[in-house]
Amino acid sequence: MRPARSAAAADAIDGVRGARVTGVASGTGRRPALSPFTRTLLALCIIAGPALSGVLPEDEADVMYHSYSGGGITVEGPSVLIRKKVGDSLSFTGQYYEDMISSASIDVRLSASPYHEIRKQESIGADYLHGKTTYSVGYIHSREPDYNADTTYYSVSQDMFGDLTTVTLGYKRAWDRIYRDICNAPHPTGSFCPDIINDPTFHQQADHRGYSFGVSQILTRNTLLDLNYEINTDQGYLANPYREIRYLSPGGLGFTLAPQVYPNTRTSNAASVLLKYYLPWRAVLSAQYRYYHDTWAVLGDTFQLGYTLPAWHRWVFDTSLRYYTQSHASFYSDLFPRADYQNYEARDRELAAFDSYTVGFGAEYQFDIPKVPWIHKSSANVRVDRMFIDYSDYRNALLADIYGAGNEPLYHLDATIFEAFISVWF
Amino acid sequence: MSHRSERECTPALRAALRLAALALLLAGCSPVQPWVKPYEREHLADPLMSLSRNSISATYLDHMFETREGSHGATGAVGGGCGCN
Repeated sequence: MRPARSAAAADAIDGVRGARVTGVASGTGRRPALSPFTRTLLALCIIAGPALSGVLPEDEADVMYHSYSGGGITVEGPSVLIRKKVGDSLSFTGQYYEDMISSASIDVRLSASPYHEIRKQESIGADYLHGKTTYSVGYIHSREPDYNADTTYYSVSQDMFGDLTTVTLGYKRAWDRIYRDICNAPHPTGSFCPDIINDPTFHQQADHRGYSFGVSQILTRNTLLDLNYEINTDQGYLANPYREIRYLSPGGLGFTLAPQVYPNTRTSNAASVLLKYYLPWRAVLSAQYRYYHDTWAVLGDTFQLGYTLPAWHRWVFDTSLRYYTQSHASFYSDLFPRADYQNYEARDRELAAFDSYTVGFGAEYQFDIPKVPWIHKSSANVRVDRMFIDYSDYRNALLADIYGAGNEPLYHLDATIFEAFISVWF
Repeated sequence: MSHRSERECTPALRAALRLAALALLLAGCSPVQPWVKPYEREHLADPLMSLSRNSISATYLDHMFETREGSHGATGAVGGGCGCN
């Protein structure tokens, strides 16, 4: 919910360094009919092109199926993305994205009922190129049965210093409307509710603003640097209406559930640095770090390494390793000592302290589509990620009857993320 | 403390600081020469070096992480809505 720099703008920036030469200077050999002289001439023209002006993203269409499975939650659905230029200066982007959610997570099992729901998201965007400047605007609409959001974003990118540097300034504004679903029919505990409606007594709002600054820099003939800084401010209802805190109480399981109380404002700072290095055997090594801090005292560090290697003429393989660690929010506790222990109280897992590892592997196969001359490049992609989260202060409260409140084992989550998508450029 | 600062900031030092500031200002008027020439960017132009290669996948993964972590921002991604309840 925070566009730092639109994907389209990012593509425009990348175009300075490469998007326009896709399939030509890449050495993937999808133009075998061209003579060496023609290929050299074409490559030189395109490589020199960015020195004259910025570029718009390529015309492209992607169709994706995505799936997340872990911790009692399954989220899957399609996504479709289309980019199309109109003339030399204008490009439009449209995307449809869908999450089909089936949740019986630990939070849901503790204080609510399992549920199915669908989130649908549509977005449109436009990029206008004027000289070395790219202006981008966009609008995103997301809707769920209990959560609607509208987001607008704006950014301007400027190439400078002989196109070695691209500076991007961005702004976004979002308005959320939050509802709470309740079950309108009797059903056994732990089973799916047959009739879910919005709670007529619950309607909240939240506003978000984001300001971003980015610099993409060519350091050497083999090295790229990308810096991003972003400030976000959130105001309104920022809690999850379904989750609850627990506090010690005598009898029963040893604890009692109560509503969360969140602050109504949050300001966060995030800064990231990405280095990409081109290796002599035509492979790319990347390293990324992100620092995050907010006024809720959440401190997060993200480290990621990636390696991309083409092989066998038409294949490209990606591997990545991501490590993330964060401290808990100042008002978070797994088990409060008593009721109304402090002004703000939360037990959202996302605000707990935890470490997370994600290992990813992707494969891309580039192929030709015969008898469709207007498609000049296409690829089929599969990617699998395994994520492991170890919580430091979030316990499995479902086991309180065995271990006693506050002595349950720490919660651990394994998840599998799967993506399959086809891309065509035309 | 202030006495020591006055003693250290001699006229010569002040002149040097002014010269340095002037040099910085004048440097802004001269064009920066690209140290990587356009014809030296063959490797940088390789699609593998694109910052947004497979952007539909990168956007999805950003959203997936954002809904499960306390951190967000500075990823260059576009997002919207929640999908986090």
